[in-house]
Amino acid sequence: MANPEIARLEGIAREGRVQILRMLTHAGSGHPGGSLSVIDLLTVLYFNRLRYDPRRPDWEDRDRFVLSKGHCVPAQYFCMAKAGFFPMDLLVTLRKLGSPLQGHPDRVALPGIEAATGSLGQGLSVAMGMALGLKLAGKRARVYCIVGDGEIQEGQVWESAMSGPRLGAPDHRLDNLCVILDYNGIQLDGFVKKILDLEPVVDKWKAFGWTVLEIDGHDLAQIDKALDQAEAVRDTPVFIVAHTVKGKGVSFMENDPEWHGKAPKPAEAVTAIREILGGATPDWAGPIVTELSALEKK
Amino acid sequence: MMAAKASRAAFGEALIELGARDERIVTVDADLSKSTMTVGFAKAYPSRAFNVGIAESGMIGLAAGLALTGRVPFACSFACFIVGRFETIRVSVAYTQAPVKLVGTHVGVAIGEDGYTQMGLEDMACLRSLPNIPIIQPGDEMETKQAVAFAVEYPGPLYLRLTRQNLEPVHGDAYRFQFGKVDVLRPGSDVSILATGGPLANALAAAKALAAEGVSAEVINVATVKPLDEEGIVASAAKTGRVVTVEDHSIHGGLGSAVAELLGERLPTPLKRIGVTTFGESGDLKGLYAKHGLDAHGITRTVLKFLAGA
Repeated sequence: MANPEIARLEGIAREGRVQILRMLTHAGSGHPGGSLSVIDLLTVLYFNRLRYDPRRPDWEDRDRFVLSKGHCVPAQYFCMAKAGFFPMDLLVTLRKLGSPLQGHPDRVALPGIEAATGSLGQGLSVAMGMALGLKLAGKRARVYCIVGDGEIQEGQVWESAMSGPRLGAPDHRLDNLCVILDYNGIQLDGFVKKILDLEPVVDKWKAFGWTVLEIDGHDLAQIDKALDQAEAVRDTPVFIVAHTVKGKGVSFMENDPEWHGKAPKPAEAVTAIREILGGATPDWAGPIVTELSALEKK
Repeated sequence: MMAAKASRAAFGEALIELGARDERIVTVDADLSKSTMTVGFAKAYPSRAFNVGIAESGMIGLAAGLALTGRVPFACSFACFIVGRFETIRVSVAYTQAPVKLVGTHVGVAIGEDGYTQMGLEDMACLRSLPNIPIIQPGDEMETKQAVAFAVEYPGPLYLRLTRQNLEPVHGDAYRFQFGKVDVLRPGSDVSILATGGPLANALAAAKALAAEGVSAEVINVATVKPLDEEGIVASAAKTGRVVTVEDHSIHGGLGSAVAELLGERLPTPLKRIGVTTFGESGDLKGLYAKHGLDAHGITRTVLKFLAGA
C-alpha cells in the first residue's frame, strides 16, 4: 500500500475514533474499549478491501462482513455511514428508541448489516455458512468475520474452528473465509489472561487446520498486507491474529478494563477527542467538539 | 390409504424428491442424519449435505449463513437438541430473519426407551416465544410431504416437528395442507378435540369410542401450532362449548397453552389439556401413552370425565 493511501486510511480511522466517542457519549452507554481496538481493522476492510455498493446493500456479489463481537458495532456504524450506507447524522441516534442503530447489530433494521450479533460466539458459524453458501452458488465473493478475544472462549467458536477447514471439501473448501481476532487482551471482567487465557492461540488454530497469520492490528499497512495474503491462500480458511490495544488512541482508556463497557462523559469525550486529533482540528471535527462541550453544560 | 409411516421418514423421502428439482435445498446435520432421515438426501446429493459432527449450535449458525446466501437449508436434529441451542436460534435465525428450516425429530414421550434426555417435550414452548418462527407438526405421511414442500417455498424461518414413530394416515388422497389452517377430521357437536402429531390418530379412535357412549366429538388436526388458526378454533369452540387439547409435549407452552390463550381472550370456554406434565422416562410407546393419557382409552376417559364435571 502506497504512503498516500495509508495517510487516507489513517485519516478515516482517526475520524472513526472521534465519531465512536461522540456516538457513545450521546448514547450514554456502550463499549468504547473494543470499538477503539477494532476501528483500524474495520477501516482497512471497509475502505480498501470489501466489495460492496451502499446503494444496493443486497447486491448478490458483495463481500460479506460479520462483526461477531457485536458490542463494538459503533465502529462499524461509523464505517457504514462514511461509506454511504446511511447519513452521518444518524450516528448520534445510536441506542435511541426507534433508531436502526441498535445497541448490537440488527440485520433487519439496518440494511448492510449481514447478521444480528451480540450473543457472542455465533457470528463465526454464520459467516462460515455464508462462505459455504457463496461457494455453492459459484460466487467469488469473500466473507470476513471479526471475533473478539473474550468471545472465543465460547464453545460454539470451537465447533466452527473444528469444522471450518473441513467443510465443503473437496469442491467447495472455504478459502473465501477470513476471520480476524481482535486480540486486545481485555474482556468485561478483566484481563483475558487472568479469566481464561487463550494461549497458545496461534498454535490452536493452526492445529485445527486454519492458515494463521499474526499482525499488529493497528498497523494499517500490515493489516492490508495480511488481507492480501489471506486472499492468496487456497483450500483453507484464514485466521488472522491481530494484536490490538483496548481503547487504542485514548491514553486514559488504553488497557483499562473499566472502559470495556462504559460511555465517556462529555468532558472526558472532549479530552479524548483532542488527544486523537493531536492538536489539529479538521473541518469536520470542530462542530463535534462544540456539540459535546454543549452537552457537558446541560 | 397409505400405510403408517413416521413423519421423519416421510420428510426424508420428500427432501430427496424436492432436492431433484431444487438445487437450493441443502441439509445440515449434527451426526444424527440416520435418525433424522436426511441420510437418503445425503446419498443422492452428497455435495449438498453437510454433517458438522456433534455440534448443534454451530450447525444452526451455519444454516443461518447458508440461508442468508440463498440456499434453503434444513437443519436437523432431535427436537430437544435443536431447542437446546435456543440462543443461537433466537439471534442467528429468528432475529436475523435467516430463512432456516429447523427440523426437530424424535418428539415427545413416544420415542420410548431412550428416555427423557432424548425426548422433545419443550420445543414448541421455547419456539412459540419467538415472534417469527411458525411451528408445523404434520399428522401423517401425506401432510408431512406437503408441509416439507411448503417449507421450501416459505420465505422465512420455520420449525417442523416430526415423530420417530409411525403415524396412521388420517387424510384422504384429496387432502391439501394449508398453512395456518386447522382441518376437521371428524365433525361433532358435543366437544372439540384439538390434537397434533403423534396422538392424533388416538384422538380419532377416541371419538369413535365416545360416539358409542353417545358423545359427538369433533376431531380437529392442528398441524400449524403457530400461528394458530384462530377463526377455525373459535368457530369449533363456539359450536361445541367444550374443548380438549391433545399433544405429546408439555402442556405448559404447547398446543394446550396456545389454545388456552386464544380462547381466554376470544371466547372463554371450558378447556382440558391432555399432554405431558412431568419429565419423560424410559418405557415402551404404548405404556408411556397410557401413562400420560395419550392413548385412545386415556383420551376417551378424560373427555367423559371432563364433560361430566364441567
